[in-house]
Amino acid sequence: MKRILRAAANGPLHLALAFIALLWLIPTFGLFLTSLIPASDIAQTGWWEVLSKPSITTFENYRDLFANNDLTKALLTTVEIAVGNTIVLVLVASLAGYAFAWLRFPGRDLLFAVVIALLVVPLQTALIPIFSLYNNTGLFDTVLGLILFHVAFGLPFAIFLLRNFFIGIPKDILESARIDGASELRIFFRLILPLGLPAIASLAIFQFLWTWNDLIVALTFGRNTQPITVAIFSQLRQFGTNIELIAPASFVSLAIPLCVFLAFQRYFVQGLLAGSVK
Amino acid sequence: MPGAIADASVRADSPPGPRAGRWRRRAITAVFLAPAAFFVIVWLVYPTVQTVIRSFFDRSGSQFVWFDNYRSLFTSDTLLTAIKNNAIWVGVVPALVTAIGLIFAVLTERVRWSVAFKIAVFMPMAISLFAAGVIWHLMLERDPQQGAVNAAIKVARDALRSPGVLTAAAPSTPALEGSIEQGFVLKTPLVAGQTALLGLTAIPPDEVPKGARQAATPQPVTGAITGTVWRDFKPGGGTPGVVEPGELGLPGVTVELRNAAGTPVASTTSADDGSFEFADVKPGSYRAGVGSKTFSAPFEGVSWLGPKLITPAVMIAYIWVWAGFAMVVIAAGLAAISREVLEAARTDGATDWQVFRRVTVPMLAPVLSVVFITMLINVLKVFDIVLSVAPGSSQDDANVIALAMWRTSFGGVNDFGLGSAIAVFLFVLVIPVLALNVRRFRREI
Repeated sequence: MKRILRAAANGPLHLALAFIALLWLIPTFGLFLTSLIPASDIAQTGWWEVLSKPSITTFENYRDLFANNDLTKALLTTVEIAVGNTIVLVLVASLAGYAFAWLRFPGRDLLFAVVIALLVVPLQTALIPIFSLYNNTGLFDTVLGLILFHVAFGLPFAIFLLRNFFIGIPKDILESARIDGASELRIFFRLILPLGLPAIASLAIFQFLWTWNDLIVALTFGRNTQPITVAIFSQLRQFGTNIELIAPASFVSLAIPLCVFLAFQRYFVQGLLAGSVK
Repeated sequence: MPGAIADASVRADSPPGPRAGRWRRRAITAVFLAPAAFFVIVWLVYPTVQTVIRSFFDRSGSQFVWFDNYRSLFTSDTLLTAIKNNAIWVGVVPALVTAIGLIFAVLTERVRWSVAFKIAVFMPMAISLFAAGVIWHLMLERDPQQGAVNAAIKVARDALRSPGVLTAAAPSTPALEGSIEQGFVLKTPLVAGQTALLGLTAIPPDEVPKGARQAATPQPVTGAITGTVWRDFKPGGGTPGVVEPGELGLPGVTVELRNAAGTPVASTTSADDGSFEFADVKPGSYRAGVGSKTFSAPFEGVSWLGPKLITPAVMIAYIWVWAGFAMVVIAAGLAAISREVLEAARTDGATDWQVFRRVTVPMLAPVLSVVFITMLINVLKVFDIVLSVAPGSSQDDANVIALAMWRTSFGGVNDFGLGSAIAVFLFVLVIPVLALNVRRFRREI
């Protein structure tokens, strides 16, 4: 009886929360439905009308999208950038994170304070000099150039996150390995990396999503090397005339990070919390 | 470390002492740190210094111009708009996101399906700000046929005040005068027993109400005023002011009877054939007409993406993305608050609101400030979402510092001097947060 009463009292709360959740889901769902409306109807049809006449939906837009070489190429470029920079970042940052956590060297705390200071540096500060540098070194408009830039700007957060995690690894494990004569590199590869896997996973997912979703870096340092965001952006300049291309392209561009997020949600949230609450 | 290598080789013959061990350790440290140092120096430290220097040179980079770039930063209209907009962003968004996150986090604590709720609200975090902008651009389209937000407003509007039957019409003969706003009234006063012919034209064909039938010629009734309101138009002509075969009555039209002073004294609604009747009309002369309630101006949609509302529109999209972040972080902080403290407060008779206000919020203060500061930084750097929500025509009105920096440097103007100055300005703005972070860290160790 008491439970029923409590449930009844909570009714409005449940309703309000359900409403909010719906409010948060609707926009993305709307984009998906828009992407299913055939090009000929798109100007006169709001996506919600699809719900009452589902027969008009078609996957034609998606077929056209994947037949469009520019956009499939852009998707591939996005994968290259996101995967490539994540791997490099994880490696470089775990090395440094280990040094900050377990090696003694003069100026360690000062250097780590520098890392923390760099956390908030806006990447706008680097755009112009790196633009010139890339033009002089041939890195402009290359996937490698974009990867290197992303690694650099991911580093402060990555080192911060990993150092804080590595420092929590029990000292005894490391000490006994050292006494057994294991070299630092061996300790790093055999002990730290496996033990640090949860933090590394968080970092990798974070960085993957972050760089998959990047626009400004690719827009600045690429012309023909276009990830999907830039490709959509160039389509967007004629918005209204080609929603039938933009809607499915946007949906594909967000479906992949969304799947990654849903699959590894736990790690993503852990990384977020470690990065902000600590 | 060339010195280290030389030093080690000199002492190669002597037994490895503590000194050699130290160099070895340093070499190992260097191996671990060198890759990160390379990236940080080349992509972060060097460019920052270079940008500061570049900001004192002119567009071509050859002329040292002192503070000229900074002067134009604070005098050019577009840049001032950007600074003003960013100030609004800073004033509104971090506080709002933190508040929304707090409310969501507290509310979800009380339901079992909180995980599902959190995923729904958090999901936009996985989407690029750019794609989120595309989504909201679509949601906020002006045309209620396309933009869901305006479609919803239209539905609410129509539900609140009963919509008129028609949006446009004009009198078919000069016998009727007035306008859509005031209604159309017959010039000639009527007394009981007479009939009124209210002919309208210029009605969009798709607005003729469903169920409209052939208009009926009004028949006089003793003691009543009768009449017909109809669409006085048929393809190929016809005589204005006369009900003819092929002309449709207008059902649902509000017909008013006004007294000599012009005040409506009675009103009725026309039938399917357009006919209406005012029975038991008191002696005196009246004027019959079509009431203004018949007409409603079509809802054209709120111009969210126009110059006036564009910044709030972009903010809606941005809050939609970041609310989940605030909620998740605050919820984690909430979970860490000891249950005993809350229970103790409740046992002492505190209401839910008092517990929230006096216990929960103060205990969450550190987490709330972290969320607030994180959002502050994010808001200063807001960029992609403005590009994708705002159509080209209102991008000047939606401008923010980070976007202005990019547009000045790479978006056609290509002024690296001024662009660098904007970047330095942005950097200066984040320095307080940078100092705060460093201080917090120093306190920790």
